[in-house]
Amino acid sequence: MTTLTLAISGSGGAGAISTGELLLRLFAEVGGYGMLKKTFSPQIRGGESAAILRLGDAPVSTIPATIDLLVALDWQNFARFADEVPISASTLVLHTGTDVPPPGVTPDNLLTVDAPGIAAAADSGWLNMVFFGMLASGLGCTCAAAETLLRARLEKHDDAVLDAACRALQAGFAQALPDPLRELLATLPVPAATAPGQPQRWLASGNQMAALGALEAGVRFVAAYPITPASDLLEWLAHHIDHYGGHLVQAEDELAAINMVIGAGFGGVPAMTATSGPGMALMSEAMGLAVASETAAVVVDVMRGGPSTGIPTKSEQSDLNLALYGMHGDAPHIVLAAQSIADCHFTAAWAVHLATRLQTLVIVLSDQSLGQSIQVIDAPGSDCPRAAVNSSQEAEPYLRYRDTDSGVSPLALPGEPGHMYTADGLEHGENAIPSPRARDHRMQLDKRWRKLADWDFGGHWAELVGQVDQRPVILCMGSVTATALEAQAAMAAAGREVAVLSLRLLAPLPTKQLATLLASGTRLLVVEHNHGAQLWHYLRSLLPQLAFESLALPGPAAIQPRDIYTALEAANAT
Amino acid sequence: MPLKARDYKSGIKPIWCPGCGHYSVLNAITKAMAAREVASHNTAIVSGIGCSSRLPAYVSSYGFHGVHGRALPLAAGLKVARPDLEVVAVGGDGDGFSIGGNHFLHACRRNVNIVYIAMDNEVYGMTKGQASPTSPESWLDGKLTPHGTEMRAFQPCAIALASGAGFIARGYSGDPNGLAQLIFEAMAFPGFAFIHVLSQCVTFVPEQTAWKQRVHPVEGTPATAAEAAALIHADDGFGKGILYRNPRPVWPRMHPQAGGGEDPRAGFAL
Repeated sequence: MTTLTLAISGSGGAGAISTGELLLRLFAEVGGYGMLKKTFSPQIRGGESAAILRLGDAPVSTIPATIDLLVALDWQNFARFADEVPISASTLVLHTGTDVPPPGVTPDNLLTVDAPGIAAAADSGWLNMVFFGMLASGLGCTCAAAETLLRARLEKHDDAVLDAACRALQAGFAQALPDPLRELLATLPVPAATAPGQPQRWLASGNQMAALGALEAGVRFVAAYPITPASDLLEWLAHHIDHYGGHLVQAEDELAAINMVIGAGFGGVPAMTATSGPGMALMSEAMGLAVASETAAVVVDVMRGGPSTGIPTKSEQSDLNLALYGMHGDAPHIVLAAQSIADCHFTAAWAVHLATRLQTLVIVLSDQSLGQSIQVIDAPGSDCPRAAVNSSQEAEPYLRYRDTDSGVSPLALPGEPGHMYTADGLEHGENAIPSPRARDHRMQLDKRWRKLADWDFGGHWAELVGQVDQRPVILCMGSVTATALEAQAAMAAAGREVAVLSLRLLAPLPTKQLATLLASGTRLLVVEHNHGAQLWHYLRSLLPQLAFESLALPGPAAIQPRDIYTALEAANAT
Repeated sequence: MPLKARDYKSGIKPIWCPGCGHYSVLNAITKAMAAREVASHNTAIVSGIGCSSRLPAYVSSYGFHGVHGRALPLAAGLKVARPDLEVVAVGGDGDGFSIGGNHFLHACRRNVNIVYIAMDNEVYGMTKGQASPTSPESWLDGKLTPHGTEMRAFQPCAIALASGAGFIARGYSGDPNGLAQLIFEAMAFPGFAFIHVLSQCVTFVPEQTAWKQRVHPVEGTPATAAEAAALIHADDGFGKGILYRNPRPVWPRMHPQAGGGEDPRAGFAL
């Protein structure tokens, strides 16, 4: 596989992200692969932003630590994310020359491109489009295709604005490229058109895939309160739920959002919300209500750096403890983790299925990196899991919280004659009437645990890549999975075989399957994107017989494959 | 044969103290349901936490007894998802105006077609006698506020009007027939309908038994916000009747048909 990694950076509003998105789409439309990671500050303007793209002639799922090319639209605030866009001795850096790199940033290969001058000569101010044109030409794409994409992206602007952007694009495309740039871009083969019969390819983010998966599984009610980095998931739903005949309500806060979801779930309509750490913390009381009242509810947590407001725009996996333990009382529920951008579709759909089938709360953990990165993926099948609202048809007397063998009780939906009951967060007997009696409390606690503990989750609980037998195993979840797979490939190339086990079902933890699978592993390295080794502590507490080791690194910088293989080389990583 | 009010009772014995105003509110709700001939199984009563929030279990209908302060969003979610149901939210003054105060404002604004019955006894009864947002500033018996609340009492009807509620009424637990009529009208109203019910707590504020001398009917039914504001602000807080009725478009404004518009899958394809 040949890949090229480039970053486009600029102050917020300079168009760095847009330029990156256009370039990825252009390259993908002619048959190429790639992904794009966004890094930006929470400010809308005057902050900093960068699009980091890796383009390839085969599927790409990680962004490497070193970049081959940096296009600096300007150097304002560059120092704030220099850690995430590290310039090495081999990095080619293009800038406009109107400002200079900040102290400490001393590129060896710095080329000045008079983009402002080129744009001005074309009677345009769109210097980012000058670079887009140059990159498009260097990658072997046509100017017409680039212009078609640009016009589609700017369709809401008036013609004068659109034409000015296109003139800058054309002027950039017509430039003779400096030799180092031309040579660098030429290392990436011009992609061949996709062969017939291959799966359809999509360009999508994890947030979009989670939203689509939820809708395709049957979600017809969404309550939304904006929070970075989950807002775009909710916004996508707002613009597409009509197609499914559903409703999205913008709630006044997260407390309202989760309670609206519970209300819709009580009505038998599959419902969800999406949020991030601070929002889920606010939802935790009512999440316990979903558990106690046995009402289906799905909460997608697109994790960001914490605690408190933390680093809102950057990725971390530090909400695991909140997802597992955030509720007061004994509140068994389901926690899933999406494994890739494409898998956000399946995992969200599975969450909807499980929430409705088991009448409980399902938390889906995603993270900013999965949620907001864009990737060329194979289109997910529409044969995903579906909502399973099972209405009651049972003999009298109807007992809403009947102590069944499976723990799943007959659910009556409002509108059904003869089965009326009041759902309750107060402890209750089988007949739903509030009861503080020890016998009822014990029975309902057992029942709510049993319905999850005894459920056959099938083979979806994790994905194993490679063989465990007498080999080290990397255990992970979420966006770390792609990094672990790349570390695995790098080690395989060096003659060392390791297995990667990405966990999709975190609670209830499938301890029997894990114990059996991992017994023959030589090392068990738990890799996670947080400071407190939350996943390692969790696995250790439930599988004390296994010798887990930990590699826990906080955000915002992504974990790199070399971090993982360095840890595996070490005699004792813990 | 038409059902009678007692047919809408579940038979579960309320936890309320003898003399509590909430018994009358329960009677008024079942009377209004009987008068509207609603099907019990197509009705859902939603509440939060507090003495009055125990009411759903006492009505023969579907119900949801949720967490403190969140009855209104839960009820809104249910109604938007299931517009075929008659949804009534009930609760007390602490639940609705303190911990749930923000939801009250936005429920008035959003105008989902539900009824909200707030049973106001100016005290937290279930936690045994603390001041509530509607307690008079001078009330010295609140267990957390021995010097009085030193805060102005919350004005539910004025706030509802300012927040956009299209139906605002005040009832009194000592007048269950009048209250039943208000609930009947609220159920018939298209949009968010708020009923402020003076419902006495004889245990923690026994002086509220004197309310029966203070309540009085209001004159007329304002149909403009300006007239309603004048009425509500001039009133002593004991005027009962419909204080405002002026329907406006309910949320959601439309129910989209499945299959309309572009298939979202098409937008991702390269």
